[in-house]
Amino acid sequence: MPRITVKVDGISYEEDVEPRMLLVHFLRDRLGKTGTPIGCDTSNCGSCTVLMDGKSVKSCSVLAVQADESEIVTIEGLSSDGNWHPMQRAFHEEHALQCGYCTPGMILAAIDLLKDDPDPSDDAIRQGLEGNLCRCTGYCNIVRAVRRGAGEMGVTTR
Amino acid sequence: MIPASFDYSRPSSLDEALAVLGDAGEEAKVLAGGQSLLPLLRLRLAYPTTLVDVGRVAELRGIADHADHVFIGAMTTHHEVIRSPVVNEHCPLVALATATVADPAVRHRGTFGGSLAHADPAGDLPSVALALDMDLVARSSLGDRIIPAAEFFVDYLEPALEPGEILVGARVPKLGPGWGFHYEKFHRTAQAWATVGVAAAVRRSNGTVEEARVALTNMGPTPVRAVTVEAAVRGVAADRNGSLREAAEQAAEGADPPGDLHAQPDYRAHLARVLTHRALLAACAV
Repeated sequence: MPRITVKVDGISYEEDVEPRMLLVHFLRDRLGKTGTPIGCDTSNCGSCTVLMDGKSVKSCSVLAVQADESEIVTIEGLSSDGNWHPMQRAFHEEHALQCGYCTPGMILAAIDLLKDDPDPSDDAIRQGLEGNLCRCTGYCNIVRAVRRGAGEMGVTTR
Repeated sequence: MIPASFDYSRPSSLDEALAVLGDAGEEAKVLAGGQSLLPLLRLRLAYPTTLVDVGRVAELRGIADHADHVFIGAMTTHHEVIRSPVVNEHCPLVALATATVADPAVRHRGTFGGSLAHADPAGDLPSVALALDMDLVARSSLGDRIIPAAEFFVDYLEPALEPGEILVGARVPKLGPGWGFHYEKFHRTAQAWATVGVAAAVRRSNGTVEEARVALTNMGPTPVRAVTVEAAVRGVAADRNGSLREAAEQAAEGADPPGDLHAQPDYRAHLARVLTHRALLAACAV
């Protein structure tokens, strides 16, 4: 069984995994990172989005062995010292979630989007979140939240 | 859902990958970005005995600018292709179509060569390869084999790759000045496969179409060249006065569109005509 070394939310793990184990199962079942939900299991919904070496990926479409030697950030790794990430706060404040199932993926996809485009237009936000489906909100509040989160992230980095 | 068991190998060089693939037998599969293959494994629609993961084979990655063509390495991700200045300057049709593939997360992992080797007629890059007359380069222990795009797509999900061969990349001809390009895609949701897509390259001179290349996505078991349109559009006025529409009316001729949940064959034929017209207008910039 292959052994992988992977850093998840700042902690290094060395684990033996079956080649067929999906990254999302590794995160949830092996590491207990249940903040990453499984939505559709068909690569459509984006709920299981995590950052892999800084880029958004659908963790149901990556094998755990492919994540060997990489760094993963899940929704559980965003807050620091008990303080929410500005994008998490923005989603809360703009009421950008109802059931919350898509939220971890939305937030991570949004953070990835801002790396390329720190001050995105509404259209760029919608395009950047194309792979993430929400069945509750109708997206308006999500777009507002990403804009607000972008503003706050800009302030904190300046 | 959990895929069936398979053996896994992660070579670090192309030679090693070829050796592993040669030893692994006919039921082995090459794993590129996995964005098409992993969903198939999860649904248990494919049962490879071994996956040869070429994700760490550096030789397969990258874009090189040559005199008459651009070489795009098979493991170059869609994300990298879209951002490549060389691709955008010399083969913009590739960048335009790649930007419509699925969504950002899929484009971070999915690869140029993986999309071609998967040979899905609903994929966006096979029709682009056909329209641009790309030469695909496959390597085996016997050496390199050049496969023209017109011979590469044999049947549904069936590329002209032999067991033991790995697609290393494609030579994309530089078409030079005077050409305009467009990829027109119709899909139900942002990240869905194309219901129908049209890749068009048009060379104009003095307001007239000199030459056109048109290829269709998801209009048969393989991507197809709309040769009737290409012939009909030659020499017509590159404007909005109707001659491009008339040529596009023949877009579905000779095609064998599938019927599925998303569209029946007659509807796909209708889409091919409408989208070809739009693609020609955009490629002519009128």
